[in-house]
Amino acid sequence: MKFLNILLAAFRALHRNKMRSFLTMLGIIIGVGAVIIMLAIGQGAEYSVKEQISSLGQNILIIFPGSQQQGTTRSGAGTMTTLTEEDAAAIAKECPAVAYVSPGSRAGGQVIAGNMNWQTGIEGVGASYLEIRKWKIEYGEFFSEQDVKAASKVCVLGKTVAKNLFQDSDPVGQTIRIRNVPFKVLGVLSEKGQNSMGQDQDDVILAPYTTVLRRLSHFPYLRSILVSAVSPNDIPKAQEQITSLLRQRHKISAWEQDDFTIRNQADIASMATATSEILTILLASIASVSLIVGGIGIMNIMLVSVTERTREIGIRMSVGAKSRDILTQFLIEAMVLSLLGGFIGILFGVIGSKVVSGFAGWPTFITSFSILLSFGFSILIGVFFGFYPARKAAMLNPIDALRYE
Amino acid sequence: MISGDVNVGKDGKLIEIENLSKIYKTGDFEVHALRGISLNVKKGEFVAIMGASGSGKSTFMNILGCLDKPTKGRYILDGIEVGGLNRDQLAEIRNKKIGFVFQGFNLLSRTSALENVELPLFYCSISQKERKEKALEALKIVGLADRVNHHPNQLSGGQQQRVAIARALVNNPSIILADEPTGNLDSRTSVEVMEIFQKLNEEGKTIVLVTHEPDIASFTKRHILFRDGKIKSDSLNNDIKIASEVIKYLPKIDEEGE
Repeated sequence: MKFLNILLAAFRALHRNKMRSFLTMLGIIIGVGAVIIMLAIGQGAEYSVKEQISSLGQNILIIFPGSQQQGTTRSGAGTMTTLTEEDAAAIAKECPAVAYVSPGSRAGGQVIAGNMNWQTGIEGVGASYLEIRKWKIEYGEFFSEQDVKAASKVCVLGKTVAKNLFQDSDPVGQTIRIRNVPFKVLGVLSEKGQNSMGQDQDDVILAPYTTVLRRLSHFPYLRSILVSAVSPNDIPKAQEQITSLLRQRHKISAWEQDDFTIRNQADIASMATATSEILTILLASIASVSLIVGGIGIMNIMLVSVTERTREIGIRMSVGAKSRDILTQFLIEAMVLSLLGGFIGILFGVIGSKVVSGFAGWPTFITSFSILLSFGFSILIGVFFGFYPARKAAMLNPIDALRYE
Repeated sequence: MISGDVNVGKDGKLIEIENLSKIYKTGDFEVHALRGISLNVKKGEFVAIMGASGSGKSTFMNILGCLDKPTKGRYILDGIEVGGLNRDQLAEIRNKKIGFVFQGFNLLSRTSALENVELPLFYCSISQKERKEKALEALKIVGLADRVNHHPNQLSGGQQQRVAIARALVNNPSIILADEPTGNLDSRTSVEVMEIFQKLNEEGKTIVLVTHEPDIASFTKRHILFRDGKIKSDSLNNDIKIASEVIKYLPKIDEEGE
């Protein structure tokens, strides 16, 4: 009951100085709004990065050969010629945590179809590549295990390649020439769009890796092996099994380093999200500066208010208000300012981030966490910056306060 | 918890003061505002404290009102030794046992008369309904039942002082302390205010009033004269004027601030 009275008195005092109360709140409104917008932008970026990464496919592990070292000169990753077709076959056979294996090879070159030509990359992959990448054939069909074994001259076109070589006509059954080797087109892949780096994932031709190795790159080693684990939880297990199998196959002794690297989707994802998390923190901390400035504004106004209302404090004390009552009253005034400001700031932030995503086309994400954070922060600011002026008021001597002109 | 009931001592003393001194230190100088005051006030008395400015009567009033602490001496109010109390306990005494009326009214501006009167009740546990009832009752006693929602700036000086008196009454205190209550008022309004004090005294309220005007003191029952921090004289008033009679012979002035 008594607390309610004090709350009421605080509201009345703020109501009496509407303009000043509003301007004081404005600092908090802008601060909280800015924090919410910045967090929304940051989390939007984080979300779209995650989205793009998961569009690569899930549970994926990629095995690269290690880097080559001659004397002290080290080449980049993947330069070592250690991964073989037999390694891939062994992984498929001996690692229970692995669901699918697709050995990879690559070639590039000019592709000709009729009177059209197009420069693109040719990915040599296994028959289970589409299962691993969660990719679909739009029409036609994918090549079979049989085609891979036989190193058939067949291929599947990405959407961009199909459009550039065949325009509107149906490419299925047609023949294209890759570096003068004729390939029969079996199907066209569905559209996958850009990856997180802005690369067009549809600008690709998929062919059996055996065909690419033997007919195009004339290179006996694999560039990579794409593997999918049975489930996301099995990724570490799969990684372990592959590591020990390959170390054994490559006869690497215990004190030597791996001659291959395994990267998993989680690593790539965590790297990318870590980057965007740093961005979020950076944006939010810049915005919190304005929140703190808003808090200082509250302290400033509360100090003015205490001086201005010294007589009122004296009157209240003379009729029996205790220090605690005065402290509570001014503290609550500061908190009402910051809470109300925080509340309006949240509305402002929600609308603001919608406007940002509308105009700039950025995805924005408002989580309950960011709302709770900024709300909690504004309460904290009210208490922190309101305490000093409130204490100053509570410690006044009643007689001096009554005599104050 | 301090109750608002009057616990009069065995000899009916509401206030017992023994050898009270107050020394202010300003830099290297010591100002002796009060030099050994001893006096008793019984329940139902109406006392005027008089004296020139600087005689120590305001300091005495502040100590009496528990706004200030004496440097030396004993002050017992309603059976409670006030000297040993801390800040919060003094606040509670002010809330429960003392009603203040000031020269400058000291009302909260931009706050209705009703809310001003309710103010002391904000600081004790009492329901909102009861608070309003008590405040309306007090405003009725001072004759302002029709002005409850007016703000101080919409009231005349006399009306403002009556709101202040209602505020002093609302907690049913043991004693009402009035510090120059008519100092800012014209003579007719002053008498009107004294009429209210006389009425309250007749109903049994103990009132101590500070004034330097003999006219105002003549409405009280006992005169105490202060000089240089000491009591110069303490006598009963044998010629008490009745405010309600006096007012009939005063010219009517239009009430301001209507």
